[in-house]
Amino acid sequence: MGTSFVCVLREGFKQIGRNKGMSIASVFSITAMLLILGIFFAFIVNVNVAMEAAKQDYDTVQIYLLDTTDTLMAEEMVSDLNDMPEVVEAVYIPKETALEAWKAQWGDSGYLLDSLSENPLPNAIEVNVADLEGADVVVEKAKTFSGVEDILYYKATVEKLISITSSVQIATLIMMLFLVIVSIVVVSNTIKLTVQARSREIEIMKYVGATNWFIRGPFLVGGMLIGLISAGISCGIVALIYQKVVELVGSDLLLIIGIPMVPAPFLSWNLAAIFVALGVAIGASGSIVSMRRYLDT
Amino acid sequence: MIEYENVTKYYKTNVGLEDVSVRIENGDFVFLVGPSGAGKSTFIKLMLKELDADSGIIRFGDMEVGKLSNREVPMLRRGIGIVFQDFRLLPKKTAFENVAFAMEIVHCTRRSIKRQVPQVLSLVGIEDKGDKYPDELSAGEQQRVAIARAIVNNPAVLIADEPTGNLDPDTAWGIMRLLERINNRGTTVVMVTHAKDIVDRMNKRVIAIENGKIIRDDVGSYGYDHGLYSLGEKGALGNYGD
Repeated sequence: MGTSFVCVLREGFKQIGRNKGMSIASVFSITAMLLILGIFFAFIVNVNVAMEAAKQDYDTVQIYLLDTTDTLMAEEMVSDLNDMPEVVEAVYIPKETALEAWKAQWGDSGYLLDSLSENPLPNAIEVNVADLEGADVVVEKAKTFSGVEDILYYKATVEKLISITSSVQIATLIMMLFLVIVSIVVVSNTIKLTVQARSREIEIMKYVGATNWFIRGPFLVGGMLIGLISAGISCGIVALIYQKVVELVGSDLLLIIGIPMVPAPFLSWNLAAIFVALGVAIGASGSIVSMRRYLDT
Repeated sequence: MIEYENVTKYYKTNVGLEDVSVRIENGDFVFLVGPSGAGKSTFIKLMLKELDADSGIIRFGDMEVGKLSNREVPMLRRGIGIVFQDFRLLPKKTAFENVAFAMEIVHCTRRSIKRQVPQVLSLVGIEDKGDKYPDELSAGEQQRVAIARAIVNNPAVLIADEPTGNLDPDTAWGIMRLLERINNRGTTVVMVTHAKDIVDRMNKRVIAIENGKIIRDDVGSYGYDHGLYSLGEKGALGNYGD
């Protein structure tokens, strides 16, 4: 088993070696395709994470109170809201607590907020609701309160985000499909050249009684190797780029916005798995397509 | 045992074979003769399942050829060795490697290859030419390599498609004696040929095909005067002698 695996692998490399120019061209085109794919993948994964973060606020309605509204009135509103069946929990958050939370969120940069002469934040009531419909009811109710400055909830934002991500995902899928088809065509052309050069050998193999898979084997391995090499190269490049982006942007800016970036190693490993699967699949189907005519018995 | 039962094959409008029934026993030596385009190649291709018959049954041993799936076709072909007029050797492989190639394809171990290839090369009379490349061999020697390749996996049947077509008479005779020796070992030999003198001298069973039909099947001579093909002319039909 071990030796035959080495044997097959050697045959595959020989296959690539027989047609170096075209093999390199195939590797380039698949690599380019996977690179585009990888960058989109990294983008989408992060958008999804951002979406999830936003969804945490999905079921929260923020009611900002006027400074003229005192704690007693606020507590009354809170108990009113807590009586509603749609409400999971309503909490009064005084402006001081909110500022502390803000500072904590900024972490090391939190000292910047110390220079504020007075607290710019309003007192607020944070209402957790069970579902989206509940949020609407709570908003209607909150509108009836006096002393309310503003009511904030993320329904519209989240819905917009969902529609944007899904259209980006669909666009990426379509693009991917085209790129995959192009890659298969390129690989199949490469393999076709080597198949043509060996058509006599294949003919004899068929007469002697070689099975189709035996004949296909070396070409298949050649195609898969092309895919594998491309996957390796493109995965390395994307991981490197992503690492740099995370280093540049990740620590400061994104922390302040409040959305985390997916860590580079986690993304790289997933990307590697996808690339290897896709590269190998492209290589394999390319070689099978190119051999179909020769094996039609 | 090869058996054709009412086998018919048409190519669009042309006749390939029409209602052919014939039986070739194990160990037979059969010449398949007839003009070009008569149906000899169709006969062979149907046996190898390169083509499928429109109707009729072809049996090879206990296999019914028409019913084999694509996956089973290689098994059928392992029971049939083929030799062509143009040898069809791989030019970048030595004689030894060309023969070994046929064994590698059917997953033989390296040890059995090392043992069997020299035996077969010696059987075909070129035991000393194993390390030569095809272009270093004479036409007759190349055909011997091709025959070695065809029989190395011990097929039940050897099909020779005009094996002497590219050879001078003396060399051709050497090949015929070799085929006869292989036949004497028990291998069925089916030889497609136009060589009247060879058929006449061998005095074996002759199946003559014309326009897709078997017009004669008996032991004896080629059946055409002066080695010319009738090409369907009526005048020549009288010369079949039966």
